[in-house]
Amino acid sequence: MTAAVAEEAGVRRYETVIGIETHCELSTATKMFCACPATFGAEPNTQTCPVCLGEPGSLPVANGRAVEYAARIGLALHCRIAERSQFHRKNYFYPDMPKNYQISQYDEPLCVDGWLDVDVEGEVRRVGITRVHMEEDTGKTLHVGATGRIHGADYSLIDYNRAGIPLVEIVSEPDLRSAEEARAYAEELRAVLLALGVSDAKLEEGSMRFDVNVSIRPVGHAEYGTKVELKNLNSLRSLYRAVDYEAARQRRVLAEGGKLVQETRHWDEGTGRTEPMRSKEFATDYRYFPEPDLVPIEATAGWVEGLRAGLPELPAERRARLAEATGLPAKEVGWLVRDPEVLAYFEAVVGGAGAGAADGAAPTRDPRVVAGWVMGELQRDLREFGRTMATNPVGPERLGELLDLLAAGRVSATAAKDVLAEMFTSEASPATVVKRKGLTQISDTGELEAVVERVVAANPDLAEKFRGGKRGVLGALVGQVMRETRGRANPKLVSDLLERAIGG
Amino acid sequence: MSPPGESLAELTAHELAERFAGGTATAVQATEAAVERIAATDEVLHAFLTVTGDQALADARRVDEARERGERLGPLAGVPLALKDVLVTKGIRTTAGSRILEEFVPPYDATVVRRLREAGVVILGKTNMDEFAMGSSTENSGFGTTRNPWDPTRVPGGSSGGSAAAVASGQAPLGIGTDTGGSIRQPAALCGIVGVKPTYGLVSRYGLIAFASSLDQVGPFARDVRDAADLLEAIAGHDPMDSTSIPDAPVDVTSRLTDGVEGLRVGVVKELFLEGTEPGVLARVREGLERLERLGARLQDCSLPSFEYALSAYYLIAPAECSSNLARYDGVRWGLRAKDSADVVDMMQRTRQAGFGAEVKRRIMLGTYALSAGYYDAYYGQAQKVRTLVRRELDDAYERFDLLVGPTAPTVAFPIGEKADDPLAMYLNDVFTIPVNLAGNAAVSVPAGLSDGLPVGLQLIAPALGEATMLRAAWAFEQDLGLSTRPVQPARDAEPGSVTAGAEEVRP
Repeated sequence: MTAAVAEEAGVRRYETVIGIETHCELSTATKMFCACPATFGAEPNTQTCPVCLGEPGSLPVANGRAVEYAARIGLALHCRIAERSQFHRKNYFYPDMPKNYQISQYDEPLCVDGWLDVDVEGEVRRVGITRVHMEEDTGKTLHVGATGRIHGADYSLIDYNRAGIPLVEIVSEPDLRSAEEARAYAEELRAVLLALGVSDAKLEEGSMRFDVNVSIRPVGHAEYGTKVELKNLNSLRSLYRAVDYEAARQRRVLAEGGKLVQETRHWDEGTGRTEPMRSKEFATDYRYFPEPDLVPIEATAGWVEGLRAGLPELPAERRARLAEATGLPAKEVGWLVRDPEVLAYFEAVVGGAGAGAADGAAPTRDPRVVAGWVMGELQRDLREFGRTMATNPVGPERLGELLDLLAAGRVSATAAKDVLAEMFTSEASPATVVKRKGLTQISDTGELEAVVERVVAANPDLAEKFRGGKRGVLGALVGQVMRETRGRANPKLVSDLLERAIGG
Repeated sequence: MSPPGESLAELTAHELAERFAGGTATAVQATEAAVERIAATDEVLHAFLTVTGDQALADARRVDEARERGERLGPLAGVPLALKDVLVTKGIRTTAGSRILEEFVPPYDATVVRRLREAGVVILGKTNMDEFAMGSSTENSGFGTTRNPWDPTRVPGGSSGGSAAAVASGQAPLGIGTDTGGSIRQPAALCGIVGVKPTYGLVSRYGLIAFASSLDQVGPFARDVRDAADLLEAIAGHDPMDSTSIPDAPVDVTSRLTDGVEGLRVGVVKELFLEGTEPGVLARVREGLERLERLGARLQDCSLPSFEYALSAYYLIAPAECSSNLARYDGVRWGLRAKDSADVVDMMQRTRQAGFGAEVKRRIMLGTYALSAGYYDAYYGQAQKVRTLVRRELDDAYERFDLLVGPTAPTVAFPIGEKADDPLAMYLNDVFTIPVNLAGNAAVSVPAGLSDGLPVGLQLIAPALGEATMLRAAWAFEQDLGLSTRPVQPARDAEPGSVTAGAEEVRP
C-alpha cells in the first residue's frame, strides 16, 4: 500500500479532534500588575517600572479593569464566573521573563464551563469553553547575529515594554473536528472579542494567537488519540493550514504502521509543514503554586450581574437581527458582523445619516447593494490606497450619496467604481466627481445609437454569430460599447440597442 | 548638652526626642554620635554592610532646620536608625546579604523606607544579614558574620543580626528587621533588645526583597518597648502597592501603652517549653510568667498540638516560595553576571552557582523539589494543611486568651561556628517563633534577663492586629523588670571573646 493510498484509507477511518487555546491581549490602558501604559509600538524599554521589570522587592497589584474584561469575555462565552479565583505562579527560566515565573491562573481560573456557537458552512456547532483565565505577557527578545534565532546569535536584546501586558487564555474543549471548524471557531471568537471591545484582536500584531491541540482517533471511538500541540499560530490561514497538515500527517504515520508521540510541533509557514520543537525548550515542570503576593479574586453576584447587564450585542444575536432586517444571505451577514467597524459603516450607509438598522427602522438603501459595495469595491480600494476601515477617507454618507446616484441611473456601476476610487483622494461630493470627470451615465438613445452602429460595423463576425443563435457574444459587444463610452453608457440600454441593431 | 561622659548614642529614641524638643541636643549631634559609635565598634561587630554617613548627616541637618522653622515633627524625627539590607533604597546599594546582589543599586525606595524618611528618621546605613534572610545566626551572609555585642565570639542571631547588634551596641537606637520565621524576634532575644514581628499585612512589603512572600514581615528593633511601638506606628499602615496589605488596619499602638496587664488572659503554651530548651532560658521565662501574674495578668496553661508540625511545614512552604522568588537572580538584568559563558543557559547557571551561598542553594533545591509534579501534594500541599491547622488552633486559643506566652528561642546566643555546619540544629533555633509566621499573627520578644551573662527573650504572641495589647503587656513587663536600656559595648579592639566589663554592670 503506498502512502497516498494509505492516507486515502485513513481519511475514511479516522476523525480529527481539535482543541484550541487562544491567547489574547486585553486592550486596557495599563499593564496587568502595574501602572505602566500597555500601548503597542513605543521605543524599547520606555514602558517599564520596578514591577514589570521584576526588580527585587517589587510586588504586583492586579488591574481591576483587566479582571473586568476577562469576566466579560467569560460571560459572553456563557461561562460561570468563579466566586473565588486565584493567581498562580508558573515557574520556568526564560531571559525575557523578568521574574522567571509568569503570574497566571491554574486550577482556580476566573471563568469556567462555557460554550460558543460556531457557524460552519451554515451548520451551527456548539464548542465547549473549558475556561478563560488571566495572565501576564513576557518581554520580547531580539536575537542579533547570523540567523536571527537564539541559536547562533551574537547577542540578544530584550524589550520589556510587553512584559506584564494583560492576556487572557481561552481554552476550548476538544470539540472541533476539522480545519474548517477550527478556523470558524477562531473567527467567531475574534468577532466576540471585538464586539466586547476588550481587545484589538489583531492577529498581525500578535495580540491574538493560537496554540492548537490536534489528535486523531478511529471514527466512533470515545478515547482520544495522542495529542500534538501546535504552538503560536498567528493567522487564521496558518491555523487552517497547520491543522489540515498535521491531521493528514498523523493519519499517514498511523497508516504506515508508525506510532504518534505526544509533542509540541512548530508550524513552518514557508514549507507548509509542522516540525518537532526541541524538546529541551519545552519539557518543563512549571511547579505551579498559588501566587502569595496577590489575594484571591472574590466575584460577588452583584458585580457579575452588573457586567452581564452591560454586555453589548454579541455577533450571534447581531447576525440574527441583521439577517432578519436586511434579508441578506447568512454568508454576507457573517462577513459583516466579523468586524464591528465594517458593520457600523454598513449600517450607517444603509440607514442614512444617524438611522442605523439597529433601531429596527426600515432601511433607506438596499442592504444587498450596500453590502456588495462595502464588502467588495470599498475593501479593494482600501487595500489599494493602504487604508483601513479606521482610516477610510470615504465616510458612509458619501458612499450613500454615490449609491443614490447609481440607484437613480445617473451613473453606471462601472463609472461608480471610478468615482469611489477618486473619492479616496478628493473631498468632492460624488455628484461633483461624476460631473467633473464627465461620467454621467448616457441613457440618451440617440447618443448611444451612433456608438452601437459603429461597434456592430467593426465586428461583423460577432454580429453574424449572434444572428446564428450564439447570444452569448452579446456581452463582448456590450463591453466594447462600454469601453468606447468610458463606462458611462447604461448597459441595459446598450444591450437593447445592440439587439435591435443586429436584428437578431 | 548631654552630661559629660555620656554619648547621645547611649540614649533611646524617646530620650533623644526629649532632648531635641528641649533644645539640648540636635539630630546632627545624635547622628554624629551614632556614626562615631559605628566607626569605633563595627570593626569587631560587623553589623553594617554600608554606612551612609554623609547622607545621614544631611538628612539630620534637614530635620534640625525644620525644627528651627517650627515645623511639627513626629516622635522619631532626627532619630538615627539601622536598616536591614533587605529593604531597597533608591541609589544606595542593597545586597540582601548576597554576593549575587553585591553591586545592586535599586531604582526605588521601599514603602517602609519612604515612611521612615517621611517621619524624619535618619537612616545610617544598611545592616548585615543572612543571605536573603535565610538563617538564624547571620553566618550565612555573603559578606562575613556579625558578632554579638554581649560576646563577640557568639552569633547575634539572625537573619536580622546586623540590625539587632547595631541597636544592642548603641550604633543606633532603632533598627529595622524582617521576620519570616523568627528573624526579628530571635536576634532580639539573643542581643537583649525588643523586636516586634507585626501582623502579616500591617507593614508594607513593597520594596522588601522577598524570601517567602506569605511569611515575610517588616518590623522594629529598639532597646525599649516604647521606642519599638513608636517605630511600628511610623512604618505600619495600608499600602496600595502591596495587595496583601490590610486595608484600614489600626496603627495606634501607643495611646494605651502604659495601661498595664491587669485582667489580661494569658495562655502559657505547653509546646513552647520543649525538652532541650536551655535551663537558664526556662528559668528566666518562668520568672517572667510569675512577674506577669504578679502584675495582674491571669495565666493559664494551654496546648497547641499543631505547633509540633509547624517547623516541618515551614521548611516546605518557605523554601517553596523562595525557589520561585529567587529565580529572578539570573544575571540577565541586574547584579552579578558570570563572564565568558557559552550561552544564556550557561550564563544563568554559572551566575547562580557563583552568586548564591550554600544555605540559599539548599533551600532553592528543597523548595523546587517540594513543588515538583508528583510531590506537590505530599509536601507543599500537606504543609499548607498544617498551616491551616496552626492558624485554626491559634484562632481557637484566642477565644480564651488575649495573649500567649513562651520563650523566644530555646538557647541564648551560641558560639560562632557551632551550628554552621548543621542546618537542622540551626533550623531548630526557630522552633518557637515559626508558628506565628505560619498563622500571620503578631509577636514580640522582650528582654527577660540573663542566663550565664547572655540575654534571654520572652515571647508574647497576639492575634492578628493585636499589637496594641501585646505591646501594653510587653511595656508593663519591661517596666517592672527594670533592665537598663543602655547599650552594651564590645571592647574597641576586642579579641573575639572579650566584652567590656560595663556590659555586666548595665544589664543585670
